Amino acid sequence: MKRHFALGMFLCCCFAFPSQGSVFDEARHKMVEEILGDTSATQSPLSPAVIAAMEKVERHRFVPADFAARAYDNRPLPIGYGQTISQPFVVALMTDLMRVKAGDRVLEIGTGSGYQAAVLAEIAGSVYSIEIITPLGKEARERLVSLGYRNINTRVGDGYYGWPEAAPFDAIIVTAAASHVPPPLIRQLKPGGRIVIPLGAQFMTQYLMLVEKQLGGSVTTREILPVRFVPLTGGH
Amino acid sequence: MARPPFIAIGLLSACVLAYEVLLTRLFSIVLWHHYAYMIISAAMLGYGASGTALTLLRERIAPHFGATFVAAATALAVLMPAAFLLAQQVPFNPLELLWDSTQPAKLLAVYLLMMLPFFCGGLGIGLVFAQFGRQAARIYACDIAGAGFGSMGVIAVLYFVPPSQILTALTALTLLAASMAVVELKLRPKWLTELFTGLAVLAVAALPDIQVHPSTYKDLSQALNIAGSHVVEQRSSPLGQITVVENTRVPLRHAPGMSLNATMEPPPQLGVFIDGNGPSALTRFDGDLAPLAYLGQLTSALPYHALAAHGIKQPRVLVLGAGAGSDVLQALYHGSAAVDAVELDRSVSALVSDRFRDYAGHLYSQPGVHLYTAEARGFIGIGDRRYDLIQVALLDSFGTASAGLYGLSENYLYTVEALQAYLGRLTPDGMLAVTSWLALPPRDALKLFATAVSALERDGVNDPGARLAMIRGWKTVTLLVKNSAFTTGEIAAIREFCNTRSFDPAYYPGMHADEANRYNLLAQPYFHEGAVALLSPQRKEFIDRYKFHIEPATDDSPHFFRFFKWNSAAEIFSLRAQGGMPLLDWSYPLLVATLVQAVVASLLLILAPLALSKCRRTLPGTPVALYFLAIGFAFMFMEIAFIQKFVLFLSHPLHAIAVVLCAFLMFASAGSWLAGRWRAANKVTLAVIAIGALSLLYSTVLPYLFQALAFLPDMAKILISVALIAPLAMCMGVPFPTGMMRLADTSGNAIPWAWAINGFASVVGAVLATLLAIHLGFSAVILLAVMIYAVACAALRGFA
Repeated sequence: MKRHFALGMFLCCCFAFPSQGSVFDEARHKMVEEILGDTSATQSPLSPAVIAAMEKVERHRFVPADFAARAYDNRPLPIGYGQTISQPFVVALMTDLMRVKAGDRVLEIGTGSGYQAAVLAEIAGSVYSIEIITPLGKEARERLVSLGYRNINTRVGDGYYGWPEAAPFDAIIVTAAASHVPPPLIRQLKPGGRIVIPLGAQFMTQYLMLVEKQLGGSVTTREILPVRFVPLTGGH
Repeated sequence: MARPPFIAIGLLSACVLAYEVLLTRLFSIVLWHHYAYMIISAAMLGYGASGTALTLLRERIAPHFGATFVAAATALAVLMPAAFLLAQQVPFNPLELLWDSTQPAKLLAVYLLMMLPFFCGGLGIGLVFAQFGRQAARIYACDIAGAGFGSMGVIAVLYFVPPSQILTALTALTLLAASMAVVELKLRPKWLTELFTGLAVLAVAALPDIQVHPSTYKDLSQALNIAGSHVVEQRSSPLGQITVVENTRVPLRHAPGMSLNATMEPPPQLGVFIDGNGPSALTRFDGDLAPLAYLGQLTSALPYHALAAHGIKQPRVLVLGAGAGSDVLQALYHGSAAVDAVELDRSVSALVSDRFRDYAGHLYSQPGVHLYTAEARGFIGIGDRRYDLIQVALLDSFGTASAGLYGLSENYLYTVEALQAYLGRLTPDGMLAVTSWLALPPRDALKLFATAVSALERDGVNDPGARLAMIRGWKTVTLLVKNSAFTTGEIAAIREFCNTRSFDPAYYPGMHADEANRYNLLAQPYFHEGAVALLSPQRKEFIDRYKFHIEPATDDSPHFFRFFKWNSAAEIFSLRAQGGMPLLDWSYPLLVATLVQAVVASLLLILAPLALSKCRRTLPGTPVALYFLAIGFAFMFMEIAFIQKFVLFLSHPLHAIAVVLCAFLMFASAGSWLAGRWRAANKVTLAVIAIGALSLLYSTVLPYLFQALAFLPDMAKILISVALIAPLAMCMGVPFPTGMMRLADTSGNAIPWAWAINGFASVVGAVLATLLAIHLGFSAVILLAVMIYAVACAALRGFA
């Protein structure tokens, strides 16, 4: 009798409440819709590949367990060691700016939780990611392996010299703070390639810098505000 | 028990004030300095709250006055370290304030914890006023004299002892206050004296140093997370805690905004952090200039190229804010014949000239290099040596401008008057160069440009645009202000410098708009458009329409890093989800929030006795409340405004605060003592008339007097400052004890209530004075203080 009661309760729970996975799926979908709303108001539309990647990558698996319930809020979250997982809106924007295509080879300096690498790996052929903080790098590696990302290569160490063995890269993202763009990274970027660098403090991406290497090898940058903000009242 | 415990009062007051100063340092290390200001302002409300508690509980406490005083002192001794330790356990992260709805509750928890020690300190002192109201003059004299000694003493000690080690000493000193009270109040059992003295000795000998845990998001914490990094030196000074970090596995490689065309790597460097913020680089130098080539790839190298084009290939350079020496190295790299390096903080320059002198290649002893420990404006104000180049780093903005952390700080380096003074020390073809981080949309750079235009105009220059040039890289902006019009050769050099390094000119005389946005592309050439608008007749309209505050800062309102405008706040907040929050200058809204919370808490706690207690019928009416409110506000307004007035004269912010605050408190203490003996019925009115006359006279005369006496040695300046402050402060010491004594005669039970009102007014007044100075200037704050004193005079007539 007790066994039947227990089974009944279990089935009731299963049917009465959606599984945790589906709750996260729904939250993720809402998050992507929110990002699309924000980007349509401020930036050019996101590429379908970026939207698909944001829909697919389970952000709740990249945040500490305490923050899982808030994983799909459109906000940065702490991941320990004074580091954060970026705001999803900014991740989508940076990924879109990199213009990554299927088969591309991408370098990431600053693995963090591994979320950005996972989003890139959904689009690119291979991702090479370097983390300078040893425990973070090890955790991210284990996480990415357990989630089955076979096209992400991780390394713990100094990202200044890039990953020469895997160079040249179609795109590079530098999420680790730096006072200047390391010259080796520019050398390891293919002509026509792009480097994206978010600038600002933790929790505060001030603007994004896009470095574009022209086919002739010369380099230009674009400084991009994530928001549409005209500094004069009355506008231009 | 006819005599109040004067020595214990002085000691207790000294400990509370020393604790307040110490907390400013500790919270600046743990968090960021404007949060320190916010937390301490709230904590000080505990002082006022003690008056409210005394009003409500006086009848119960009065029979046990002596024991309660000793208990309050003992509780203060325990709570000073305990509250700080517990506050550190609260996971408050200011960076998440607008992301995480639980953060305000955590901040409130920190407030409440930090209020406790101030509550105990206030309780002890308020209790003495309540018990011995007729001797208020002498009690107040001891109270503020103790405050003066405490705040100045701790600043002196901070030069030698880290703040974490001072807390236990304060605990011991407070226990000595308890011990002293037992003696002075002739309490029983007598062995309590030995007990408290023994505990004080034990506290110093046995208590471990307080562990300080900086936020994991501070630059130093992040640097130490990197494998291979370790602290090689740590020094304390009242100006900040200096930490030097070495990492040979992952070098610092600090080259802010280096050209993307550069291919070199900076040489080995040590990271220098102040209060965990930074770093600035202490670069290894062995006399070989080749490894310093990266310094030629920064926007700040521009003036050397422009000067060379004018034939000045070995310039005489003045570096203001030399710090760990990067700008001095840059000057040497570019062949400068002489470099005068000025640094305010001896602890920082000593790293280069002493502790790491071999690593730094004896930089400050190189031929032609001279180090001066001085404040920049003070150094500029004296002497007559002329320079081909004055380099000013916007030090404060490096690393923190984007987070808007410095809006509250007074800064006399980037005011219109400062730029005029710099230009006055240049050779006829000399240049002033200022470099800052690039902020988008532009803030500091355009404000500085506007300041330079104003400075040139005040100097009678008809065409300021002919003497200005500004360039930007991808991360830094450099402004040049020349003492004469730029020549075509110099302009060609500026263009060449930009082209070879992929920097963009933002402005130079005769520039075409299509040159403004070629290498570092912006949605619009904001910097160029802004510079052109600031040189046009529509400047005022442009500044008004701009969504950040870029009106030039002046010596009377020296808040250069304030960019906040109310008109833009709502728009920026609405862009939060799209990453818009970094556009907000945080410091100003936080100051307003600090004021609002202080006003709300004060009103609640002042009105609580009226609403809750049966004693409400016996409390005096509005005139009494108004009187103590008014003198609290006016005292703080005067003190804060005059500290700022003397900062420039004494050439060092810390010396100015030390001298002016100490003089104010000591002479107010003397004034209070004399007020007790002065029998005149209208002494408050006479004192207020004197305050009004003196302060208005000072407001008018001091700028000229200070300019005329700038050549005097420091000691003479200090003596003159003390002599000027003495009569004013003595008069300011009269109203509070006189009011207290009057209250003791008419309604003695209201003394704690008046103490509470005055306590709250002091806290709210301090915040309000800063806010008013930002908008109106310090002269207006002084004028307001005089008017408020007049209101107090009128209120005193309604006492009886």
